[in-house]
Formats: sequence, C-alpha cells, structure tokens
Amino acid sequence: MADVNRGNRPLSPHLQVYRLPIPAVASIMTRITGHALVAGIVLLVWWLVAAVSSPQAFAAADWIVRSWLGFIILTGSAWALWFHALSGIRHLFYDAGMGLEIENAKRNSWIIIIGSVALTLLSLIIFFIG
Amino acid sequence: MRYITPRKAATGLGSSRSGTAHHWHLTVSSYAMVILTPLFLIAVGQAIGLPQEGVVAHFGRPVPGIITALFVIVGMIHFIKGTRIMLDDYVHGEANKLAVIAATIFGWAVIAAAVFALAKMAFTIIAI
Repeated sequence: MADVNRGNRPLSPHLQVYRLPIPAVASIMTRITGHALVAGIVLLVWWLVAAVSSPQAFAAADWIVRSWLGFIILTGSAWALWFHALSGIRHLFYDAGMGLEIENAKRNSWIIIIGSVALTLLSLIIFFIG
Repeated sequence: MRYITPRKAATGLGSSRSGTAHHWHLTVSSYAMVILTPLFLIAVGQAIGLPQEGVVAHFGRPVPGIITALFVIVGMIHFIKGTRIMLDDYVHGEANKLAVIAATIFGWAVIAAAVFALAKMAFTIIAI
C-alpha cells in the first residue's frame, strides 16, 4: 500500500533548524579553535624567522603583528588557545570517567566558554600593563 | 593457511589500524600543552613590541627560547595528529591520504622554521 502521508512526515532534526545543545557547541568549537590556531602560529613563526632574516623582513612582519589585523589574529588566537586548552582539560577528565553526566557536561561547557573569554581578557590586561 | 586467529590479527589495531597509540599520543601532548600554554603566552607577550634586536635577544635567552621551541614542536605534532582525526571524519579515499600528507608536511615545515629561527637567535647571543 502506498504511503498516504508521503512528504508530510516528521523529519529528523536538521543542523540548520536544530538548536545544538551547549555541550555540542563546545565540542565543535574545540575542533574549530584547534585548527584555526594555525593562523596565529604561522604569523608568530613568520615573525620569528623574519627577526633573524633582515631588518626589512622584520619590519614587514612586525608591522603586521602590531597592526589591527595582527591584534585581531593574536587576540583571537589567544582566545582559541585558552578555549582549546580548557576543553582539552575537560577531555582529560572525560577520559578518567568524570563529568560525563548531562548536567555536568552543560555546566562545564559554560565554564569553558566563559573561562576562555575571562582568561583572554586577563592575558590582554597582563600584556598591556606588563 | 593462516594460523593466526582473526582475534589476534585485530588486537591493537583499532578502527584506524593504530589502536590506542594515536589517542594516547594526543593525551600525552595535551598534558604538555596545558603546561606550555601560559608559559608560551608570557614568553611571546614579553617580546611583542620590542625592536628586532630585542626580539632576537629575548628568544635567545634559555627560558623563552626553550618554552617557544617546545610549544611549536609539541603543538604542531599535536596539530598533525588532531588534523588526522578531522580529516578521517570528513575527507575520504585518496583525498584523505593527500590531505594527511599535506598536513604532516605543513606541520613539520612550521616546526623547522621555528627551530631554525630560535637556534639562530640563541647563537646570536654568543656572537655578541
């Protein structure tokens, strides 16, 4: 018998309309931050190599590092680094079988998100004061 | 005829044929990165804004130089292993192999560049 309800059945949640639980957001952000950190490390290594190459090379790299673009890349990298580090610490707890309950996972997802922003601001404060 | 049992042939290989070694390596390097992350931010933060001679002198000192070298070496090997997981999830077949090769070469190129620069800075101090 033909399916009389064809085309009008409930569909499984689609990524574009399904609001991800906060632990899922934190999990995906861990992967994204880990890979995005390539931008910051390439900028810094280029800056290091330029420092031992020539005054012109260093001037170019240092100009980028100290420009608004460099500020965005390095501040974003600092946040990505803190986020990835905090989430990595959570994975070490997960490996030990701790914090896997849904309520705990939700709570420590927020700790990672808020903590990474707080540590980034702290890093910036120490950088500009120190 | 094979005398080895299927169970024995599969033991330790896991779904990606390397068993738990890959996961364990990421675990060990993540412990190292947790220690290195704040130290690296301090080492780099102290150097940004310095003139060229200042940057060379800063990373030529043992503590900032060793921290930065360890961060880039351990970090990029962690990146190579981590990227492998992402590629195995999303890229398949020959494209997966090529992407894994590209990521590995890229990772070691970054390590080589950083180690070269830091070594040259370390020896610049002696020359002065």
